[in-house]
Amino acid sequence: MKMKPAPDEAPGPGLLIWYGNIHRRRDLWWRGSALMGPGLLWLLVFLALPTCGLVILSLAQRGDFGEIHWVWTLNNYQRLLGFGLFGWTPDHIFILGRSLVVGLVTTLICVLLAYPLTFYIATRPPKMRTALLLLLIVPFWTNVVVRTYAWMLLLSPQLPPAKIAAWLGAIPSGSPLFPGSLATYLGLVSTFLPFLALPLYSSVERLNWELLEAARDLYASRWQVFTQAILPQTRPGLTVGVIVTFIPAMAMFVVTDLLGGAKYMLIGNLIQNQFGQSRDWPFGAALCLALMALTMIGLRLYRRWGRS
Amino acid sequence: MNVRRPLVAAVAILSLVFLYLPSLAVAVFSVNNARYGLLWKGFTWKWYQQLCQNEAILEAAVNSLLVAVISTAAATVLGTALALALDRFPWPRRLTQALDILVHLPVVTPDIIMAAALVLTFSLLRGFADIFDLGLTTLVLGHITFQISFVTLVVRSRLAALSRDIDEAARDLYATGPYLFRRVTLPLLAPGIMAGAMLAFTLSLDDFIISFFTHGPDSVTLPIYIYSSVRRGISPEIHALSTLVLLATVVLVILAERLSRFRAD
Repeated sequence: MKMKPAPDEAPGPGLLIWYGNIHRRRDLWWRGSALMGPGLLWLLVFLALPTCGLVILSLAQRGDFGEIHWVWTLNNYQRLLGFGLFGWTPDHIFILGRSLVVGLVTTLICVLLAYPLTFYIATRPPKMRTALLLLLIVPFWTNVVVRTYAWMLLLSPQLPPAKIAAWLGAIPSGSPLFPGSLATYLGLVSTFLPFLALPLYSSVERLNWELLEAARDLYASRWQVFTQAILPQTRPGLTVGVIVTFIPAMAMFVVTDLLGGAKYMLIGNLIQNQFGQSRDWPFGAALCLALMALTMIGLRLYRRWGRS
Repeated sequence: MNVRRPLVAAVAILSLVFLYLPSLAVAVFSVNNARYGLLWKGFTWKWYQQLCQNEAILEAAVNSLLVAVISTAAATVLGTALALALDRFPWPRRLTQALDILVHLPVVTPDIIMAAALVLTFSLLRGFADIFDLGLTTLVLGHITFQISFVTLVVRSRLAALSRDIDEAARDLYATGPYLFRRVTLPLLAPGIMAGAMLAFTLSLDDFIISFFTHGPDSVTLPIYIYSSVRRGISPEIHALSTLVLLATVVLVILAERLSRFRAD
């Protein structure tokens, strides 16, 4: 894939042939470092070190006025597991579990919608294909706050969706369809569908349709056609799509904050609270690390499913 | 397949409707002549006119653009240099692997963790210098941090596609050093750099989470402005503002598509 040239035989001590020229090894090293230096330093100062800083912060303690006491304690992790001043509560564990479930369910729904969507687009004539793709790219780039706001409007009491729900008796008449789980999933799925569909499309576009025909000629059932002919061919795009959907979906706080209400608090909302109103940064840092762990667990689950 | 085709088409079309229905509703109500409620009271442009007179919104729009332009410029330079350094020098394999992980970090970590880490950094650095008070500066610094990675990744993929032979051919024709870079490498790399810069610019304009954590009271960007007013309830001005943001996105996307097609020809 990558055509990185291997260093040729060294023409002498401290010398090396690189891109067809003889260089002194040390010169190359200096030049490369100078080029890389600023960017690397930036990533170290603002990304790598701060992330390690979060680990240390998670072992600190909040002071009475929201300041940070740099003491070594596992207090925040105990709180994370539910051990508080008043005995054990499962609240935080529920929030962690809910985040994982919401992330997985959102991803699953997006996958189920994205396959028909991308197959439909890929089988259109070229002009229409471009137009439909643009229709998919626009929501991909539309700000999440703007799109969530649009759902708040659409689900408000005076408009048909809420009226129909009220008529069916699902909600009292005159109340909006949010906050609630339906609104949350509507918001999440519509936010992430383009994130999943666009990478998937890049695989579907290159699909070898003859394999699908061959499978049908050999009396494969629809399910077998999917698992044996479609899935293996589209796995690269699907994997990228799942990763870019699952990770942000689990950490989401905009959609859940505006459409989910208190009952749909996810770990993202909890983290935001700690850095916002509660000013409990050490606990917030511990939550960040928990989120990181959840991300790993989710990806591990996906990889295991992918292997089977 | 014959039986399933209508079902596939139906799901696909419904999905697209589902993606656009809320925004269409917002666009319709942005020209509705009613301050409260959602009953149709006739057509008006007045909410758009009020937008243009709302100083807070104008300031937020200016802030958004300012942050996007400055951070994109810086991140494009830093990211391109980083990509060149990673790809064009004989680093030991271990080092390359470690750097790869570092560069991919912002792509796979949830934004909110990056945001928390940045807030921590700024609060520690504030002890040394005032410029780390939350404001436009910290916004720019935060944006550059996630943009660098994306620029580096895009430019590197372009670099990887450029064959080493071109460099060697240029050298055989006695092009060396800065001349080689300016006349051979850079022109070939330009589409990659452009694509990286455009991605960085859009990411900056679109970002909410990192901005939300690192902004100060006098450095509100458009997404933050919309978010804080939405929490107070829906209003026709926000309908109009949302519609404008959506239209701007449409224009940007079409522009980017035209540009890439132009380049491909």
